[in-house]
Amino acid sequence: MDYAQLGLGHYLAVSAALFTIGVFGIFVNRKNIIVILMSIELILLSVNINLVAFSVFNGTIMGQVFAMLVLTVAAAEAAVGLAILVVYFRNRGEIAVEDVNVLRG
Amino acid sequence: MALIAFYILSTIVVLSALFVVAARNPVHSVLWLILAFFTSAGLLVLIGAEFLAMLLVVVYVGAVAVLFLFVVMMLDIDFVALKQGFQNYLVIGMLVALALLAEIGIVAAAATFGSGETFQPSPGAATNAEALSKVLYTDYLLLFQMSGIVLLVAMMGAIVLTLRSRPNVKRQNIAQQTGRKRKDAVELKDVPPGQGI
Repeated sequence: MDYAQLGLGHYLAVSAALFTIGVFGIFVNRKNIIVILMSIELILLSVNINLVAFSVFNGTIMGQVFAMLVLTVAAAEAAVGLAILVVYFRNRGEIAVEDVNVLRG
Repeated sequence: MALIAFYILSTIVVLSALFVVAARNPVHSVLWLILAFFTSAGLLVLIGAEFLAMLLVVVYVGAVAVLFLFVVMMLDIDFVALKQGFQNYLVIGMLVALALLAEIGIVAAAATFGSGETFQPSPGAATNAEALSKVLYTDYLLLFQMSGIVLLVAMMGAIVLTLRSRPNVKRQNIAQQTGRKRKDAVELKDVPPGQGI
């Protein structure tokens, strides 16, 4: 395959677009915490693409190792976030994010 | 050829990410998220990072997205009420997104990334998995172990958070059962004949 045209800039552009969409999703879906969590996953995916692209186009394997660690943290974050969500729903019967501050003592 | 594949895949990634954010039903959001993960795995395959691509499919599509789907379908939520306020936040969201994109663009225009002549998905090895495993178990062993600990702590946290002990349920207590002595259970009475106890 000819990689002469396909450059680092292409991947950085996709990653920037994904990151922006993720931040946009957090702003737009202020009430729906499930979609906020999904937006965070999108942001982490864009970070992963960035790391892998830099690693591949610079010829160092380190970035791919870091991408694996980011993947681990993303999985852990999703698990704990959804567990908190389930407990919150069990206690209150709804998941409106605006009312979360009633948890404050 | 690679460029055409890249444009197709990246269009699908960006569009499905937009639908994740904009979908009315969170179940559809999760399905769009799965599509985004899958196509970005394709993007990684395109530059030769196969191992990370397969990991993305296994971890994100196989675990994280299914977890999301479980939670979305298990919780009984009025999704229409949650979608209210979408239009109110649309303008400010757009503004923030555009500002962010402009900042990224400015930084990207100012920075120099190298010429890309050092394209090497798996340096010093035949395959990508080999190149990764060569450093993962030697140079980055501590990081690898620490990511395992992160997963363990997350697992324990999720279990502790969602574990519910109900008070009125009778359960088998094995320690009590095996620790039972004969004198606790059987009592011998010397009954006089013709009287009863």
